[in-house]
Amino acid sequence: MPTIAEILRDIRPEADFTQSQNFLADGMLDSFDIVTLVSDLDKSYGISISGVDIVPENFQNIASMEKLLEKYRQP
Amino acid sequence: MNLLFSRRKISGLLAVLPAHERSFLEDMANFNFPPARSLKLKSVMGYDKRRIVDGPVCASDLACFGMEHLFASGKLSRDDCDALIVITQSPDYPMPPTSSVIQGRLGLKNDMFCLDINQGCAGFLIGLFQAFFLLDQPAVRKVALINVDVISRRTSPRDRNSYPLIGDGASITIVERSEDETPIHANLKMDGTRRDALMIPAGGLRLPSTPETAVLEDDGENNFRSKDQLRMDGTAVFNFVQVEVPPMIRQLLETAQMQIEDVDYFLFHQPNRFMLEKLADQIKIPYEKMPSNVVEHYGNSSGVTIPVAIVHNLREKLLAGSILRTCLAGFGVGLTWASMLLPLGPLDFCDLVEFP
Repeated sequence: MPTIAEILRDIRPEADFTQSQNFLADGMLDSFDIVTLVSDLDKSYGISISGVDIVPENFQNIASMEKLLEKYRQP
Repeated sequence: MNLLFSRRKISGLLAVLPAHERSFLEDMANFNFPPARSLKLKSVMGYDKRRIVDGPVCASDLACFGMEHLFASGKLSRDDCDALIVITQSPDYPMPPTSSVIQGRLGLKNDMFCLDINQGCAGFLIGLFQAFFLLDQPAVRKVALINVDVISRRTSPRDRNSYPLIGDGASITIVERSEDETPIHANLKMDGTRRDALMIPAGGLRLPSTPETAVLEDDGENNFRSKDQLRMDGTAVFNFVQVEVPPMIRQLLETAQMQIEDVDYFLFHQPNRFMLEKLADQIKIPYEKMPSNVVEHYGNSSGVTIPVAIVHNLREKLLAGSILRTCLAGFGVGLTWASMLLPLGPLDFCDLVEFP
């Protein structure tokens, strides 16, 4: 199962995601990348991230994404 | 607002789509993005082919072509309609109403209602509500509801936010009284405080079109559009749909004392496949009950997508005499969101014609 960092690198290979705490503000991800990211996370983790959770705050950095995914991993 | 109707039916549906087809692969060159990222998006959103007008085609051109087809094929007679409702965001003129243009061009009788409504992606529902209201009048026996838009003419080819999904088209829906007393439950909500999420800023009197409003501007995400063109805040619209539509559908079903299983098809406005699948997941609607294939074949033609979804996916059933229990939902400009539980079929006609 790929990590979030690996999925991000696949979407934006040219970006260095270790250098930012706000990928959107720093121009490393845009709203369409979030759509692609959600689709990849859904497939990789066998979940369906709810549409109401697809908001910029949940995709600012790897920590915020991990926190979001935690919600879907709970039994 | 909850609405309740009965003894109303759709008796025929015609979709009119431009013959001119564009593909996402053709459009990709206009966007300032690496092809790999655009191709990934194509797969997730369902972007592929779409129909847009080729040249200076107007709303009344598509509508009149469709109406003339119905007259010529004997499916409707010129004196049949007692009301003509035109729902469009791309009228031929600021004035007169496009419904008057259509009435005049078709040579329809004077003894009728002609009514324009400025609505978009919820426009099929808004139009049905208005048609149902008009049918309260004994003199109104048959309403032609025309949803039509040529929004591609007001969309920037360099705007990846909207151009790859925009389609043009028209639909003609014939609405009549019915003997069926089954309640038709519906609901409607509007929020004008969020009106900026979908708009064409210039071209009205608030901001008249000038050479300055025609200048392309970067939205910060490498999308270029002018103030004369469609501006869609994709993040805000996505969030609006995901937050507002599921509770609306649940409330509608609860009011009607129905379950998901009691509905044969959920026919929602078709913005893109990703948004629809996220809605289906939230509401727990099986994908096979909720077609999401209109954008990939024809594009998003605002209020026309629900009729196109019906014609594309359910034509044979509806012409064969089936009565389908449908849940219709539209959501978009305004912001506006509306839904309805409507028995659909059998239909006298359910066709798609191409505007040359």
